[in-house]
Amino acid sequence: MNNNNGSKKVKKMMLILSKATLDNAYACFILANGARMEGIESEIFFTFFGLEAIQKSKLESLHVATVGNPGMHIPTMLGGLPGMEAVATKMMKSKMEKLDIPPVDEFLEILTASGTKLWACKLAMDMFDISEEDLVDDLDGVLTVGDFYARAEGDGTHVIFI
Amino acid sequence: MMERTYAGTCVYCSDQGYLTELEQWTPEIGKEIAAEEEIEMTDKHWEVIKYLQEQCKNEVALSIRRVGKSGVVNIKEFYALFPGGPLKKASRIAGIPKPVSCI
Repeated sequence: MNNNNGSKKVKKMMLILSKATLDNAYACFILANGARMEGIESEIFFTFFGLEAIQKSKLESLHVATVGNPGMHIPTMLGGLPGMEAVATKMMKSKMEKLDIPPVDEFLEILTASGTKLWACKLAMDMFDISEEDLVDDLDGVLTVGDFYARAEGDGTHVIFI
Repeated sequence: MMERTYAGTCVYCSDQGYLTELEQWTPEIGKEIAAEEEIEMTDKHWEVIKYLQEQCKNEVALSIRRVGKSGVVNIKEFYALFPGGPLKKASRIAGIPKPVSCI
């Protein structure tokens, strides 16, 4: 909605993370954190495979997708070779460390400390037999899609699917 | 680049209101910029400002993560001290350039 001076200020970012490849998780985290740094509210809804990014047993072993990822610029068949994902992941992690980008567990702590809300999708948890104890302690709760949309109410809210 | 007057002193600022010459900065100027940002400065605020200025002088690129690891303030406290964009607001008050980090 327009306010008095005609500008449309972003007030709240509602991010939906549906895939927990390292590249997708980082895109989501950086957008959420960047919003807080600008004084914009942010919340993340982890659904389907995105739940792995907040699963204690899995979050430290997220990988870069080397198959079906046109950004890798390698033939799909080569991307499927053993070890390719590990090599690509190692390269990305070392590059990120140089840029002062934290690992997944630390990034989640930073997000929580910064005021980003972390929500898990109820349906996806039921589907994958995941309980709340399997998820990070910083989780703000478990939501249905309806709950999530209810939180997206208000002017200047944007919903992004990753 | 433009000129602005804070605490009776004329200083050079970027068009987004960040001082371009740290040497021109004084605590009084910092206090007036803080007032513009609706922040009332306490000892803890000044401690953070001093840390940011030192990092800037040492040419260290600032990020929320780095500030959180500084031992001066943790991330939650940093957000509480400078609500609504802590790194940007604190940098403005400290008289250092606008941070370019996304982290």
